[in-house]
Amino acid sequence: MRDVLAVARGVSWRVLHMFFTNPAFLLPSLAFPLFFFTAFVGGLSRISKVPGFDFPSGYTAFQFVFVLLQSAAFAGVFTGFGIARDFESGFMRRLMLAAPNRGGILLGYVVSALVRWLTVASVVTVVALLAQMNIGGNGVDLFGLYALALLLNLAGTLWATGVAMRLRTQQAAPVMQMPVFLLLFFAPVYVPLGLLQGWIHAVASVNPITALLEAGRGFISGSPELTLAAFAIALGLIVGFAAWAVRGLKSAEAAG
Amino acid sequence: MTAIALTQTAALGGRAVIRTARQPANVVFPLVFPMMLFAVNAGGLKAATRLPGFPTDSFVAFALAVPFVQGALLATINANVEFARDIQTGFLNRLALTPVRGIVLLLGQLGGLMTIAVVQAVFYLTIGLAFGVRLASGFGGAAMLLLLELVIALGFAALGSWAALRTGSTEAVQGLFPVFFVFLFLSSMNMPRNLIEADWFRWVATINPVSYLIEAVRSLVIEGWNWEALGLGFAAAGGLSLVGFVLATRALWRRLERT
Repeated sequence: MRDVLAVARGVSWRVLHMFFTNPAFLLPSLAFPLFFFTAFVGGLSRISKVPGFDFPSGYTAFQFVFVLLQSAAFAGVFTGFGIARDFESGFMRRLMLAAPNRGGILLGYVVSALVRWLTVASVVTVVALLAQMNIGGNGVDLFGLYALALLLNLAGTLWATGVAMRLRTQQAAPVMQMPVFLLLFFAPVYVPLGLLQGWIHAVASVNPITALLEAGRGFISGSPELTLAAFAIALGLIVGFAAWAVRGLKSAEAAG
Repeated sequence: MTAIALTQTAALGGRAVIRTARQPANVVFPLVFPMMLFAVNAGGLKAATRLPGFPTDSFVAFALAVPFVQGALLATINANVEFARDIQTGFLNRLALTPVRGIVLLLGQLGGLMTIAVVQAVFYLTIGLAFGVRLASGFGGAAMLLLLELVIALGFAALGSWAALRTGSTEAVQGLFPVFFVFLFLSSMNMPRNLIEADWFRWVATINPVSYLIEAVRSLVIEGWNWEALGLGFAAAGGLSLVGFVLATRALWRRLERT
């Protein structure tokens, strides 16, 4: 266990050092969620006047939940990009040779993704509060919202790690990114599920991210809904993608 | 321009097209990504058509304008990354030693990029028609749309070529993508400007030239022949093209001087 933690500490320190000291890594991670938040809240707030749009905390809070979850998932995806870069540069090969326990490599990336997301989430939250976001939920509700996002961050990291470990090239970036992008955007992003019509309603109804979004919006408005389902889905994603990531690590080990 | 210069321009333009066509990622991504965003927005924002004053009852028709602008942007960035690679690998330097005139290098590159953008525009138009969109401006509107797409592509291509020539770096050109993307999202892409509620956003969308590009394309799809929208769209695209071309030409001279 001590070996695992030592490797994890080393890997996460390296990733976070690069993240915080290199603007090329830090700025996109911060800019994309802020940019989506700004564009959606600023450009689309009129849509909350559509008959049937009955979200009590307003459009800023409605979009904040989406952006928080999106930033959580993409912090994981960006970590996957870094893993692929480490493979291409040859660093990962040296790391695998040096690490007494390679499970620590996975853990290190997971921890670094978590810290990355917490940084981004703090900035997004401050910006949302400055934009006078209404919060209807209490402290417990907000804890639930951030816990849900944290679980999604974990799932996103494990997914991207599994892909990076298998493909071991930066050209795999769309493979990591596109499914996450589609899952997030085929959910009720702009309006509640009830206002979606046609094929997008059918897709959103079976999209697991929908339950997470609706639960998150329930938390922020102070009327929790689908809480158990959302946490169950998030935990299910984590279990599935953990197996995916561990097998990816084995695949990378086998490839030498 | 002499016949020789025209031949050289065509050869370099053809090279830009073939080089793009040989890389599936550079072909598929600019075709698929705008269509996915189109699908997401057209489905997710359909409820917006119930807002009083919304100009059409079909959000698919309303949103169809966006892929034309986004596709031009993606295609020209991808192709200009290759142009930057030509500079990095020394191809441009070697070409400069031949009798090919500097301006021909630029015109060939821009011509190739415009060709790619028009092929994409035909694809988007076909998809739109397949999903039941009918151009309010009719067959002539489709021809005008392709002409507009040419000028829009020229604008983005010229700015991308300027970045490639100025920096000689593929990463720098790729770095333009988020910048252009910001302009796209801070425009009237998802909501008519008069229905944007936030004053600051409406102001940003109003001074953003990308809004006028989208509104010109959109006018042909949902309104018919709106000459004001078309005039503003062509003016914005022409302005971008002019600025981009002047900057790219100056950067080309400097780059050739250095060699």
